[in-house]
Amino acid sequence: MTGNIDMKHWLIAMVLLACGLSTDAQQTPSTHKPSSAHGREVFLKLGCFACHGTVGQGGAGAVLAPNTIPLAAFQTWVRNGTPGWSVTSGMPAWSPRILSDDDLVDVREYLATLPAPKAAKDIPQLNN
Amino acid sequence: MDNKDEPKDSAVNRRAFIAGAATGAAVVLAQQASVASAQETAKPVVEPSVQVNTRPASDYMVDVFKSFGMEYMFSMCASSFIGIHESVLNYAGNKNPEAIACTHEEISVAMANGYAKIEGKPVLVCAHATVGVQHAVMAVYDAWCDRVPVYLVLGNTNDAAQRNGDVYWVHSAQDPAALIRDMTKWDDNPASITHFAESAARAYKIAMTPPYGPVALVVDDHMQDEPVPNNLRVPKVAVPTPPSGDSGAVAEIAKLLVAAENPTIVAGRAARTPAGTQLLVELAEALQANVVDTRQRMNFPNRHPLAGGNAASADVVLALEPGDISNLTRAARRRNAQVISVSSGHLFQRSNYQDFMRYAEVDLAVAADAEATLPALIEEIKRQTTAARREAFRQRGDKLATAHAAAFERTKNEAANGWDASPVSTARLSMELWAQLKNEDWSYVTGWVNWPMRLWDMTKHYQYIGRAGGEGVGYHAPASVGAALANKKHGRISVSIQPDGDLMVAPGALWTAARHQIPILMVMQNNRAYHQEVMWFQREALSRGRGVERTQTGFGLGGPDIDFAKLAASMGVGSSGPITDPKDLAAAIKRGLAVVKRGEPYLIDVVTQPR
Repeated sequence: MTGNIDMKHWLIAMVLLACGLSTDAQQTPSTHKPSSAHGREVFLKLGCFACHGTVGQGGAGAVLAPNTIPLAAFQTWVRNGTPGWSVTSGMPAWSPRILSDDDLVDVREYLATLPAPKAAKDIPQLNN
Repeated sequence: MDNKDEPKDSAVNRRAFIAGAATGAAVVLAQQASVASAQETAKPVVEPSVQVNTRPASDYMVDVFKSFGMEYMFSMCASSFIGIHESVLNYAGNKNPEAIACTHEEISVAMANGYAKIEGKPVLVCAHATVGVQHAVMAVYDAWCDRVPVYLVLGNTNDAAQRNGDVYWVHSAQDPAALIRDMTKWDDNPASITHFAESAARAYKIAMTPPYGPVALVVDDHMQDEPVPNNLRVPKVAVPTPPSGDSGAVAEIAKLLVAAENPTIVAGRAARTPAGTQLLVELAEALQANVVDTRQRMNFPNRHPLAGGNAASADVVLALEPGDISNLTRAARRRNAQVISVSSGHLFQRSNYQDFMRYAEVDLAVAADAEATLPALIEEIKRQTTAARREAFRQRGDKLATAHAAAFERTKNEAANGWDASPVSTARLSMELWAQLKNEDWSYVTGWVNWPMRLWDMTKHYQYIGRAGGEGVGYHAPASVGAALANKKHGRISVSIQPDGDLMVAPGALWTAARHQIPILMVMQNNRAYHQEVMWFQREALSRGRGVERTQTGFGLGGPDIDFAKLAASMGVGSSGPITDPKDLAAAIKRGLAVVKRGEPYLIDVVTQPR
């Protein structure tokens, strides 16, 4: 299920980008230097992990890592959200008042720099 | 439940009078004299029948319950059914039914729910007709929504003249079953012992006729003490055969399915008995059609090559005892696909609670029990299948098998994600369990976590029994203990992945498991929150442009963190944890399974990821 959501969010983000829906962060050049450590703090503090897991592995929400989507698509997805009536079928939109542009960049940096998980074939418990 | 003081005046005197009458034939003359003395001062409201004998009606009632094959009586003790309780212990020797002590009526009913889903029949559940039923309601609702046969006996003081004192009055009702009438199939409040006999038998038949469901019998507390008429016998009960689809409907379904290019079977509560799982396999293989198991029961082996997929591209959908299929039918209508529903739900519904789901526009509705309909349907499909269609089916089956294998590999890759995370991922927890269960005769008796249904190898009916029908919090712990009790005599290892918030509703189930030596391995899914509601809060706050940092208030279960290992230990359940490092899981599971194999419960507290 999480894999499907991941793909769905990817596609929606791409469509939103193509439609010109974008964020201030994209329109204003930023001098902010991404911080993975701070991104982790924000990710946990704001409860992103509730849907996506503490290492972005997915859960009720989409898989965010590995293969984290590019920054522009990530910003568009978070700022606009995706439709859905329940907590497992959509992503709420996060406004800059709740999650600043710099923090959003840091969250994405945290997810993108997480070490890749082991391959399933190399985990004995997944091959029973 | 209640804590009535020693009854006084006419109530106690009446009991004493009857007891005195009973012991009149006994040999303990000193006691007889004492009771006779009490009789002299007693002024019973109801004169004793001329048929007074030494056998109280509750003995007879227990004989009736015994005739149903009831193995257990689950109850929290109460004076209003104490006659039945006494008869179970002293008359029946605490065997068939055996009294199981519960600490809350919600636990009694949820345990009966879990037991019935494993064993296929009800136990006796006794509860006080007012305060007991008020505790039991949510669990009754779960059983109602989940089509589970639960047999409730509610003790009440029907006769106002027999209610002595405030407590009797507040613990009596004119119509005790009214509170649960919208979530039971039938109830009665018999006015005599003969009436009880007939209604008890009728209640059992109704509970056990698909669609299964809860029934309630109010039993007056004083009636339990009345003498049994000498000529009263235990009524015979012939449980009706479940209704199957008529031959014309079956032939039409077969015709549609055989002609379909991409048929899909959707199974809700289709496998009502162990035979149901095998029949579904036969049906799917006859058609080489995929089966979408919505997991209200273990309908279809999850690793079968035809398991999974979806109904999005189906041209014919066969929905067997489904839940909400309104989305499915709307989508089907848009692509001119046909939907067939076979369900006993077409036969019986109530109005108030909305568990009947949104109206689904199906093309063919068959009011019948799906499992009972399958043998004829399978035969008819085989009869109508030509050699050409058989070859088309084979090619379709090959494609589905390939897709199934690919999906299984994707699921394993998803499970690998976050494998070493702390808190422990629910996938890791599930698969560490599986690694040690795979060679055992196991039963996954409950859990929110769906990795077992995706990655374990489930082939048998008892290996998964679904969740709470009404999605009420507080089902998992007691239902899993009831299911484990049913599994006990079969020597199965019962395992649950127990949500933390759920255990906090009814932790007394742990004590019952310890008190009655019910073997079960409970592994906590301790995410330290009412997690679903955390996500709803975030959604609500964000939609209003407000902050999400206050989720711990009212939604969290941390600060202080609950020590579930100590909670279990305090009630006599062996335990370990909290475990936060996934590398510690395997050893803890090994220790826990060793205890369970000795016939005892064991709890492992694992701090987990949210989902």
